[in-house]
Amino acid sequence: MAVLRPFDKLPTLNSGILLLVGPDEALQQRLSETILQEKRDFNINVHLATSLPLPPERDHLRPRIDLIVFMIDIKSKYSLKKVERSLAHVDASFFLGKVCFLVTGVGRVNACSVEMNAVCKLGEAYCSPVLFCELELEDTRVATAQRLVRMLRICAGHIPGVSALSFVSLMRKSDDD
Amino acid sequence: SSNGSGGPRRLSRALPFGRSHGRLGVSSSGRLIVPAPSSQEKADPQKTAFLLRKAWTLYSVTPLYRFRRGRLRDYARLLGAFIAAEKQKGLAVEVGVELDIKVALSSLADLRGSELDQDALLVQLSSRSQASSKNSEDKVVWSGWFCSVFGDDLSENVPEHFTCLPLFLTHGAESYTSLVGSWFQKTFDCCFRRLAISPLNLSWMVAMWAGCKLDRAASAVELVFSVPRLAQPLDISYAIHPEDAKALWDTVQKTPGEITQEEVDVFMDCLYAHFHRHFKIHLSAAKLVKVSTGIASAQCDGIVKILHSQYLPGVLMLLTELAISQIQ
Repeated sequence: MAVLRPFDKLPTLNSGILLLVGPDEALQQRLSETILQEKRDFNINVHLATSLPLPPERDHLRPRIDLIVFMIDIKSKYSLKKVERSLAHVDASFFLGKVCFLVTGVGRVNACSVEMNAVCKLGEAYCSPVLFCELELEDTRVATAQRLVRMLRICAGHIPGVSALSFVSLMRKSDDD
Repeated sequence: SSNGSGGPRRLSRALPFGRSHGRLGVSSSGRLIVPAPSSQEKADPQKTAFLLRKAWTLYSVTPLYRFRRGRLRDYARLLGAFIAAEKQKGLAVEVGVELDIKVALSSLADLRGSELDQDALLVQLSSRSQASSKNSEDKVVWSGWFCSVFGDDLSENVPEHFTCLPLFLTHGAESYTSLVGSWFQKTFDCCFRRLAISPLNLSWMVAMWAGCKLDRAASAVELVFSVPRLAQPLDISYAIHPEDAKALWDTVQKTPGEITQEEVDVFMDCLYAHFHRHFKIHLSAAKLVKVSTGIASAQCDGIVKILHSQYLPGVLMLLTELAISQIQ
Protein backbone atom coordinates (compact mmCIF):
# COMPACT_ATOMS: atom_id res chain seq x y z
CA MET A 1 0.00 0.00 0.00
CA ALA A 2 1.12 3.52 -0.69
CA VAL A 3 0.92 4.96 2.84
CA LEU A 4 3.28 3.98 5.67
CA ARG A 5 1.43 3.02 8.81
CA PRO A 6 3.07 2.52 12.19
CA PHE A 7 1.07 -0.44 13.49
CA ASP A 8 -0.03 -2.48 10.49
CA LYS A 9 2.63 -5.15 11.05
CA LEU A 10 3.89 -7.13 13.98
CA PRO A 11 7.06 -5.84 15.64
CA THR A 12 10.33 -7.67 15.18
CA LEU A 13 11.74 -9.23 18.33
CA ASN A 14 14.45 -7.21 20.08
CA SER A 15 14.87 -4.92 17.08
CA GLY A 16 14.52 -1.32 16.07
CA ILE A 17 13.84 -0.42 12.44
CA LEU A 18 14.92 3.00 11.23
CA LEU A 19 13.96 4.52 7.89
CA LEU A 20 16.06 7.38 6.50
CA VAL A 21 14.35 9.40 3.76
CA GLY A 22 16.20 12.04 1.73
CA PRO A 23 17.67 12.58 -1.74
CA ASP A 24 21.33 12.52 -0.68
CA GLU A 25 22.26 8.84 -0.83
CA ALA A 26 25.94 9.22 0.05
CA LEU A 27 25.13 11.11 3.24
CA GLN A 28 22.48 8.55 4.21
CA GLN A 29 25.02 5.78 3.71
CA ARG A 30 27.53 7.50 5.97
CA LEU A 31 25.00 8.18 8.69
CA SER A 32 23.68 4.62 8.66
CA GLU A 33 27.21 3.23 8.92
CA THR A 34 27.85 5.43 11.96
CA ILE A 35 24.55 4.33 13.50
CA LEU A 36 25.38 0.67 13.03
CA GLN A 37 28.74 1.16 14.72
CA GLU A 38 27.04 2.25 17.93
CA LYS A 39 27.23 -0.15 20.87
CA ARG A 40 23.78 -1.50 21.61
CA ASP A 41 21.92 -4.44 23.05
CA PHE A 42 19.28 -4.78 20.34
CA ASN A 43 19.30 -5.25 16.58
CA ILE A 44 19.10 -2.18 14.41
CA ASN A 45 18.02 -2.26 10.77
CA VAL A 46 18.47 0.89 8.76
CA HIS A 47 16.43 1.28 5.59
CA LEU A 48 17.34 3.97 3.09
CA ALA A 49 15.01 5.68 0.62
CA THR A 50 15.38 8.75 -1.56
CA SER A 51 11.66 9.47 -1.33
CA LEU A 52 8.30 8.01 -0.45
CA PRO A 53 6.23 6.03 -1.31
CA LEU A 54 8.37 2.92 -0.95
CA PRO A 55 8.11 0.42 -3.83
CA PRO A 56 4.98 -1.65 -3.18
CA GLU A 57 6.41 -4.92 -4.59
CA ARG A 58 8.64 -5.48 -1.58
CA ASP A 59 6.12 -4.41 1.02
CA HIS A 60 5.51 -7.92 2.35
CA LEU A 61 9.25 -8.34 3.03
CA ARG A 62 9.56 -5.07 4.88
CA PRO A 63 9.43 -5.07 8.68
CA ARG A 64 7.45 -2.60 10.77
CA ILE A 65 9.18 0.79 10.82
CA ASP A 66 9.71 2.31 14.25
CA LEU A 67 11.20 5.70 13.40
CA ILE A 68 11.28 7.73 10.20
CA VAL A 69 14.01 10.35 9.85
CA PHE A 70 13.54 12.85 7.04
CA MET A 71 16.90 14.30 6.02
CA ILE A 72 16.96 17.88 4.73
CA ASP A 73 20.20 19.42 3.50
CA ILE A 74 20.20 23.20 4.01
CA LYS A 75 22.43 23.49 0.97
CA SER A 76 19.75 21.99 -1.25
CA LYS A 77 16.25 23.38 -1.73
CA TYR A 78 15.54 20.23 -3.70
CA SER A 79 15.92 18.07 -0.59
CA LEU A 80 13.31 20.15 1.24
CA LYS A 81 10.88 19.83 -1.69
CA LYS A 82 11.42 16.07 -1.91
CA VAL A 83 10.84 15.61 1.81
CA GLU A 84 7.68 17.75 1.70
CA ARG A 85 6.30 15.60 -1.10
CA SER A 86 7.17 12.39 0.74
CA LEU A 87 5.32 13.49 3.86
CA ALA A 88 2.01 12.92 2.10
CA HIS A 89 2.76 9.20 2.01
CA VAL A 90 3.01 8.80 5.76
CA ASP A 91 -0.05 8.02 7.83
CA ALA A 92 -1.03 10.68 10.37
CA SER A 93 -0.54 8.34 13.33
CA PHE A 94 3.16 8.16 12.55
CA PHE A 95 3.45 11.78 13.60
CA LEU A 96 2.87 10.88 17.24
CA GLY A 97 6.58 10.88 17.99
CA LYS A 98 7.77 8.38 15.38
CA VAL A 99 8.97 10.97 12.87
CA CYS A 100 11.79 13.45 13.13
CA PHE A 101 13.43 15.92 10.76
CA LEU A 102 17.19 15.93 10.52
CA VAL A 103 18.65 19.13 9.06
CA THR A 104 22.19 18.56 7.81
CA GLY A 105 24.93 20.85 6.62
CA VAL A 106 24.35 23.52 9.28
CA GLY A 107 28.08 24.06 9.71
CA ARG A 108 28.10 25.93 6.43
CA VAL A 109 25.56 28.71 6.81
CA ASN A 110 27.27 30.60 3.99
CA ALA A 111 26.14 27.87 1.59
CA CYS A 112 22.57 27.91 2.90
CA SER A 113 19.81 27.65 0.28
CA VAL A 114 16.96 26.76 2.61
CA GLU A 115 15.34 29.26 4.92
CA MET A 116 15.56 28.09 8.55
CA ASN A 117 12.12 29.48 9.30
CA ALA A 118 10.59 27.19 6.69
CA VAL A 119 12.16 24.11 8.29
CA CYS A 120 11.09 25.07 11.81
CA LYS A 121 7.55 25.72 10.54
CA LEU A 122 7.57 22.26 8.94
CA GLY A 123 8.50 20.71 12.28
CA GLU A 124 5.71 22.61 14.01
CA ALA A 125 3.14 21.71 11.35
CA TYR A 126 3.93 18.01 11.68
CA CYS A 127 4.44 18.03 15.47
CA SER A 128 7.84 16.43 15.08
CA PRO A 129 11.25 17.37 16.49
CA VAL A 130 13.75 19.07 14.21
CA LEU A 131 17.40 18.14 14.85
CA PHE A 132 20.24 20.19 13.42
CA CYS A 133 23.56 18.55 12.69
CA GLU A 134 26.65 18.51 10.51
CA LEU A 135 27.31 15.03 9.19
CA GLU A 136 30.57 15.85 7.41
CA LEU A 137 32.41 15.95 10.73
CA GLU A 138 32.88 12.72 12.61
CA ASP A 139 32.20 14.06 16.11
CA THR A 140 28.80 15.48 15.35
CA ARG A 141 27.95 12.52 13.15
CA VAL A 142 28.62 10.15 16.05
CA ALA A 143 26.64 12.38 18.43
CA THR A 144 23.72 12.48 16.00
CA ALA A 145 23.85 8.70 15.58
CA GLN A 146 23.73 8.28 19.36
CA ARG A 147 20.73 10.57 19.60
CA LEU A 148 18.90 8.67 16.88
CA VAL A 149 19.66 5.30 18.49
CA ARG A 150 18.22 6.57 21.77
CA MET A 151 15.10 7.83 20.01
CA LEU A 152 14.81 4.54 18.11
CA ARG A 153 14.99 2.56 21.32
CA ILE A 154 12.05 4.55 22.72
CA CYS A 155 10.04 4.35 19.49
CA ALA A 156 10.55 0.57 19.31
CA GLY A 157 9.13 0.31 22.81
CA HIS A 158 12.28 -0.99 24.54
CA ILE A 159 12.16 1.56 27.37
CA PRO A 160 9.43 0.66 29.85
CA GLY A 161 7.25 3.60 30.84
CA VAL A 162 8.41 5.87 28.02
CA SER A 163 6.66 5.85 24.67
CA ALA A 164 7.14 7.82 21.46
CA LEU A 165 4.31 10.12 22.60
CA SER A 166 6.77 11.66 25.07
CA PHE A 167 8.54 13.37 22.18
CA VAL A 168 5.38 15.22 21.28
CA SER A 169 4.93 16.55 24.80
CA LEU A 170 8.54 17.75 24.81
CA MET A 171 7.93 19.85 21.70
CA ARG A 172 7.67 23.17 23.50
CA LYS A 173 9.29 26.20 21.93
CA SER A 174 12.41 26.99 23.98
CA ASP A 175 12.78 30.55 22.76
CA ASP A 176 9.34 32.08 22.88
CA ASP A 177 9.95 35.72 21.95
CA SER B 1 26.69 35.27 13.68
CA SER B 2 28.10 32.08 12.25
CA ASN B 3 31.43 30.37 11.97
CA GLY B 4 31.33 29.42 8.35
CA SER B 5 34.74 28.06 7.50
CA GLY B 6 35.66 26.65 10.89
CA GLY B 7 33.94 23.90 12.85
CA PRO B 8 30.17 23.78 13.16
CA ARG B 9 30.24 24.32 16.89
CA ARG B 10 27.94 27.31 16.80
CA LEU B 11 24.76 26.84 14.88
CA SER B 12 23.41 29.88 13.14
CA ARG B 13 19.78 30.56 12.55
CA ALA B 14 20.19 34.03 11.13
CA LEU B 15 17.45 35.27 8.86
CA PRO B 16 18.75 36.93 5.74
CA PHE B 17 17.71 40.56 5.44
CA GLY B 18 16.08 41.08 8.73
CA ARG B 19 15.95 39.99 12.29
CA SER B 20 12.94 39.30 14.43
CA HIS B 21 12.78 42.81 15.84
CA GLY B 22 11.38 45.08 13.18
CA ARG B 23 13.82 47.06 11.16
CA LEU B 24 12.96 49.19 8.16
CA GLY B 25 9.69 47.32 8.12
CA VAL B 26 11.30 43.90 8.12
CA SER B 27 9.22 41.65 10.36
CA SER B 28 9.99 38.16 11.55
CA SER B 29 8.21 36.77 8.51
CA GLY B 30 11.07 38.12 6.42
CA ARG B 31 9.44 41.00 4.64
CA LEU B 32 11.63 43.71 3.15
CA ILE B 33 10.67 47.25 2.28
CA VAL B 34 12.63 48.49 -0.69
CA PRO B 35 13.52 52.19 -0.82
CA ALA B 36 12.34 53.95 -3.96
CA PRO B 37 15.04 54.72 -6.54
CA SER B 38 16.81 57.91 -5.52
CA SER B 39 15.83 61.11 -7.24
CA GLN B 40 18.68 62.75 -9.06
CA GLU B 41 18.55 66.07 -7.22
CA LYS B 42 19.58 64.64 -3.91
CA ALA B 43 22.68 62.76 -4.99
CA ASP B 44 25.29 64.09 -7.37
CA PRO B 45 25.81 61.26 -9.86
CA GLN B 46 29.27 62.53 -10.75
CA LYS B 47 30.57 61.91 -7.25
CA THR B 48 29.31 58.35 -7.18
CA ALA B 49 30.06 57.50 -10.82
CA PHE B 50 33.41 55.96 -9.88
CA LEU B 51 31.55 53.29 -7.89
CA LEU B 52 29.76 51.90 -10.90
CA ARG B 53 30.93 49.12 -13.20
CA LYS B 54 33.80 48.05 -10.93
CA ALA B 55 34.11 44.72 -9.16
CA TRP B 56 34.14 45.47 -5.42
CA THR B 57 35.26 42.92 -2.86
CA LEU B 58 33.10 43.06 0.26
CA TYR B 59 34.08 43.00 3.92
CA SER B 60 32.19 43.53 7.14
CA VAL B 61 33.77 45.92 9.63
CA THR B 62 33.07 46.27 13.33
CA PRO B 63 32.57 49.82 14.63
CA LEU B 64 35.63 52.09 14.62
CA TYR B 65 36.75 53.41 18.00
CA ARG B 66 37.55 57.14 18.29
CA PHE B 67 37.46 57.88 14.60
CA ARG B 68 37.44 61.65 14.07
CA ARG B 69 36.03 63.02 10.85
CA GLY B 70 38.11 66.18 11.21
CA ARG B 71 41.43 64.33 11.22
CA LEU B 72 41.26 62.83 7.74
CA ARG B 73 44.48 64.55 6.59
CA ASP B 74 46.36 63.23 9.60
CA TYR B 75 45.05 59.72 9.04
CA ALA B 76 46.07 59.89 5.39
CA ARG B 77 49.56 60.90 6.39
CA LEU B 78 49.84 58.15 9.00
CA LEU B 79 48.54 55.51 6.62
CA GLY B 80 50.98 56.66 3.94
CA ALA B 81 53.84 56.39 6.41
CA PHE B 82 52.67 52.95 7.49
CA ILE B 83 52.59 51.70 3.90
CA ALA B 84 56.05 53.12 3.21
CA ALA B 85 57.38 51.48 6.36
CA GLU B 86 55.91 48.11 5.42
CA LYS B 87 57.49 48.39 2.00
CA GLN B 88 60.81 49.11 3.66
CA LYS B 89 60.41 45.95 5.70
CA GLY B 90 60.40 44.06 2.46
CA LEU B 91 56.71 43.34 2.02
CA ALA B 92 56.69 43.69 -1.75
CA VAL B 93 53.45 45.21 -2.90
CA GLU B 94 54.24 45.56 -6.53
CA VAL B 95 56.83 43.51 -8.32
CA GLY B 96 59.17 45.51 -10.52
CA VAL B 97 58.35 49.19 -10.62
CA GLU B 98 59.18 51.22 -7.53
CA LEU B 99 56.07 53.19 -6.67
CA ASP B 100 55.55 56.11 -4.36
CA ILE B 101 52.18 55.63 -2.74
CA LYS B 102 50.08 58.66 -1.88
CA VAL B 103 47.07 58.25 0.37
CA ALA B 104 43.88 60.32 0.21
CA LEU B 105 40.94 60.06 2.62
CA SER B 106 37.67 61.80 1.95
CA SER B 107 34.07 61.78 3.06
CA LEU B 108 31.17 61.04 0.75
CA ALA B 109 28.02 62.65 2.07
CA ASP B 110 25.77 61.20 -0.63
CA LEU B 111 26.12 57.57 0.32
CA ARG B 112 23.92 57.20 3.34
CA GLY B 113 20.36 56.20 4.00
CA SER B 114 18.94 57.32 7.32
CA GLU B 115 19.76 60.11 9.77
CA LEU B 116 21.74 57.68 11.91
CA ASP B 117 24.06 56.68 9.09
CA GLN B 118 27.54 58.14 9.03
CA ASP B 119 28.94 59.66 5.86
CA ALA B 120 30.84 57.17 3.76
CA LEU B 121 34.63 57.25 3.95
CA LEU B 122 36.74 56.85 0.82
CA VAL B 123 40.37 55.73 0.90
CA GLN B 124 42.40 56.02 -2.29
CA LEU B 125 45.98 54.95 -2.90
CA SER B 126 47.53 56.58 -5.93
CA SER B 127 50.98 56.29 -7.34
CA ARG B 128 53.32 58.40 -9.28
CA SER B 129 56.02 56.36 -10.87
CA GLN B 130 59.44 57.83 -10.06
CA ALA B 131 60.48 57.48 -13.66
CA SER B 132 57.73 59.73 -15.05
CA SER B 133 57.74 63.52 -15.09
CA LYS B 134 56.49 65.65 -12.22
CA ASN B 135 53.42 66.85 -14.11
CA SER B 136 52.05 63.42 -14.87
CA GLU B 137 48.71 62.43 -13.37
CA ASP B 138 48.56 60.28 -10.28
CA LYS B 139 47.16 56.90 -11.06
CA VAL B 140 44.76 55.39 -8.56
CA VAL B 141 46.07 51.91 -7.83
CA TRP B 142 43.68 50.96 -5.06
CA SER B 143 40.42 52.29 -3.65
CA GLY B 144 38.31 51.27 -0.71
CA TRP B 145 35.31 52.80 0.95
CA PHE B 146 33.43 52.32 4.19
CA CYS B 147 29.72 52.99 4.23
CA SER B 148 26.48 52.45 6.03
CA VAL B 149 23.10 52.69 4.29
CA PHE B 150 20.18 52.22 6.68
CA GLY B 151 22.48 50.54 9.15
CA ASP B 152 20.30 51.74 12.02
CA ASP B 153 20.21 48.38 13.69
CA LEU B 154 23.90 48.69 14.46
CA SER B 155 24.08 52.48 14.88
CA GLU B 156 21.25 52.58 17.41
CA ASN B 157 22.91 50.31 19.91
CA VAL B 158 26.50 51.45 19.66
CA PRO B 159 28.17 53.09 22.67
CA GLU B 160 29.82 56.50 22.61
CA HIS B 161 33.02 57.17 20.63
CA PHE B 162 32.23 54.44 18.11
CA THR B 163 31.60 55.10 14.42
CA CYS B 164 29.51 52.56 12.56
CA LEU B 165 30.45 51.93 8.94
CA PRO B 166 29.87 48.19 8.68
CA LEU B 167 30.36 47.75 4.93
CA PHE B 168 33.81 47.95 3.36
CA LEU B 169 34.30 47.65 -0.41
CA THR B 170 37.70 47.38 -2.07
CA HIS B 171 39.01 47.44 -5.61
CA GLY B 172 42.65 46.75 -6.33
CA ALA B 173 45.48 44.48 -5.29
CA GLU B 174 44.88 42.23 -2.30
CA SER B 175 48.24 43.26 -0.83
CA TYR B 176 47.11 46.87 -0.52
CA THR B 177 43.82 45.75 0.99
CA SER B 178 45.61 43.88 3.75
CA LEU B 179 47.93 46.85 4.40
CA VAL B 180 45.05 49.31 4.69
CA GLY B 181 43.06 46.79 6.71
CA SER B 182 45.83 46.18 9.22
CA TRP B 183 46.37 49.92 9.69
CA PHE B 184 42.68 50.48 10.40
CA GLN B 185 42.61 47.49 12.73
CA LYS B 186 45.58 48.80 14.68
CA THR B 187 44.40 52.42 14.78
CA PHE B 188 40.68 52.01 15.45
CA ASP B 189 40.53 48.55 17.06
CA CYS B 190 38.10 47.18 14.51
CA CYS B 191 37.85 43.80 12.81
CA PHE B 192 37.52 43.01 9.10
CA ARG B 193 35.96 39.86 7.73
CA ARG B 194 35.34 38.82 4.16
CA LEU B 195 31.62 38.95 3.48
CA ALA B 196 30.21 35.76 2.02
CA ILE B 197 26.80 35.77 0.32
CA SER B 198 24.76 32.59 0.72
CA PRO B 199 22.64 31.16 -2.12
CA LEU B 200 19.57 32.18 -0.11
CA ASN B 201 20.71 35.82 -0.09
CA LEU B 202 21.67 35.67 -3.76
CA SER B 203 18.16 34.51 -4.63
CA TRP B 204 16.75 37.52 -2.73
CA MET B 205 19.01 39.78 -4.73
CA VAL B 206 18.10 38.38 -8.11
CA ALA B 207 14.38 38.51 -7.31
CA MET B 208 14.63 42.13 -6.18
CA TRP B 209 16.85 43.33 -8.99
CA ALA B 210 15.04 41.46 -11.78
CA GLY B 211 11.89 43.26 -10.74
CA CYS B 212 13.37 46.73 -11.04
CA LYS B 213 12.28 48.92 -13.89
CA LEU B 214 15.02 49.94 -16.30
CA ASP B 215 14.40 52.52 -19.00
CA ARG B 216 16.85 51.30 -21.58
CA ALA B 217 17.55 47.80 -22.81
CA ALA B 218 19.04 45.83 -19.98
CA SER B 219 21.34 42.85 -20.06
CA ALA B 220 19.98 39.37 -19.42
CA VAL B 221 19.24 38.09 -15.95
CA GLU B 222 21.81 35.39 -15.39
CA LEU B 223 22.15 32.81 -12.66
CA VAL B 224 25.25 30.64 -12.34
CA PHE B 225 25.08 27.36 -10.43
CA SER B 226 27.87 25.04 -9.45
CA VAL B 227 27.12 21.36 -9.10
CA PRO B 228 28.81 19.78 -6.10
CA ARG B 229 30.43 16.40 -5.78
CA LEU B 230 31.03 15.49 -9.39
CA ALA B 231 34.22 14.02 -10.81
CA GLN B 232 34.56 17.10 -13.03
CA PRO B 233 33.18 20.33 -11.54
CA LEU B 234 30.21 21.53 -13.55
CA ASP B 235 28.95 25.11 -13.84
CA ILE B 236 25.50 25.82 -15.19
CA SER B 237 24.65 29.27 -16.48
CA TYR B 238 20.94 30.10 -16.83
CA ALA B 239 20.18 33.30 -18.73
CA ILE B 240 16.70 34.83 -18.88
CA HIS B 241 15.50 37.71 -20.99
CA PRO B 242 15.16 40.69 -18.61
CA GLU B 243 11.60 41.48 -19.69
CA ASP B 244 10.51 37.90 -19.07
CA ALA B 245 12.11 37.96 -15.64
CA LYS B 246 10.42 41.26 -14.76
CA ALA B 247 7.05 39.97 -16.06
CA LEU B 248 7.41 36.88 -13.87
CA TRP B 249 8.30 38.95 -10.82
CA ASP B 250 5.38 41.28 -11.41
CA THR B 251 2.95 38.36 -11.31
CA VAL B 252 4.53 37.10 -8.08
CA GLN B 253 4.91 40.31 -6.09
CA LYS B 254 1.71 41.26 -4.26
CA THR B 255 2.55 44.63 -2.70
CA PRO B 256 4.80 47.00 -4.63
CA GLY B 257 7.76 48.10 -2.56
CA GLU B 258 7.53 45.07 -0.26
CA ILE B 259 9.07 41.63 -0.70
CA THR B 260 8.46 38.46 1.30
CA GLN B 261 10.36 35.18 1.51
CA GLU B 262 7.36 33.37 0.00
CA GLU B 263 7.45 35.59 -3.09
CA VAL B 264 11.18 34.99 -3.57
CA ASP B 265 10.57 31.22 -3.22
CA VAL B 266 7.78 31.25 -5.81
CA PHE B 267 9.93 33.27 -8.23
CA MET B 268 12.87 30.90 -7.89
CA ASP B 269 10.65 27.80 -8.07
CA CYS B 270 9.20 29.03 -11.38
CA LEU B 271 12.70 29.45 -12.79
CA TYR B 272 13.76 26.01 -11.53
CA ALA B 273 10.59 24.35 -12.90
CA HIS B 274 11.09 25.93 -16.32
CA PHE B 275 14.68 24.72 -16.44
CA HIS B 276 13.69 21.23 -15.31
CA ARG B 277 11.01 20.99 -17.97
CA HIS B 278 13.60 21.60 -20.69
CA PHE B 279 16.74 19.97 -19.33
CA LYS B 280 15.54 17.53 -16.66
CA ILE B 281 18.03 19.01 -14.19
CA HIS B 282 16.99 20.07 -10.68
CA LEU B 283 18.75 23.39 -10.19
CA SER B 284 17.40 23.48 -6.64
CA ALA B 285 19.91 20.75 -5.77
CA ALA B 286 22.82 22.81 -7.11
CA LYS B 287 24.53 25.73 -5.43
CA LEU B 288 23.69 29.22 -6.69
CA VAL B 289 27.03 31.01 -6.85
CA LYS B 290 26.47 34.13 -8.96
CA VAL B 291 23.57 36.32 -10.03
CA SER B 292 23.71 39.03 -12.63
CA THR B 293 21.09 41.58 -13.67
CA GLY B 294 21.02 44.97 -15.37
CA ILE B 295 21.12 46.62 -11.93
CA ALA B 296 23.99 44.77 -10.32
CA SER B 297 25.74 41.43 -10.08
CA ALA B 298 26.85 39.52 -7.00
CA GLN B 299 28.94 36.45 -6.29
CA CYS B 300 28.92 34.08 -3.34
CA ASP B 301 32.52 34.91 -2.42
CA GLY B 302 31.47 38.49 -1.73
CA ILE B 303 32.18 40.36 -4.96
CA VAL B 304 29.61 42.77 -6.37
CA LYS B 305 29.39 45.07 -9.35
CA ILE B 306 26.83 47.88 -9.40
CA LEU B 307 25.78 49.03 -12.85
CA HIS B 308 23.04 51.56 -12.27
CA SER B 309 23.32 54.68 -10.13
CA GLN B 310 19.56 54.94 -9.65
CA TYR B 311 19.41 51.79 -7.57
CA LEU B 312 22.69 52.33 -5.72
CA PRO B 313 21.05 53.05 -2.32
CA GLY B 314 18.89 49.92 -2.59
CA VAL B 315 21.86 47.69 -3.36
CA LEU B 316 23.99 49.26 -0.64
CA MET B 317 21.15 48.83 1.83
CA LEU B 318 21.08 45.07 1.17
CA LEU B 319 24.84 44.81 1.49
CA THR B 320 24.87 46.86 4.70
CA GLU B 321 22.26 44.49 6.12
CA LEU B 322 24.40 41.48 5.22
CA ALA B 323 27.48 43.06 6.76
CA ILE B 324 25.62 43.82 9.98
CA SER B 325 24.28 40.28 10.29
CA GLN B 326 27.80 38.96 9.83
CA ILE B 327 29.09 41.19 12.61
CA GLN B 328 26.37 40.37 15.12
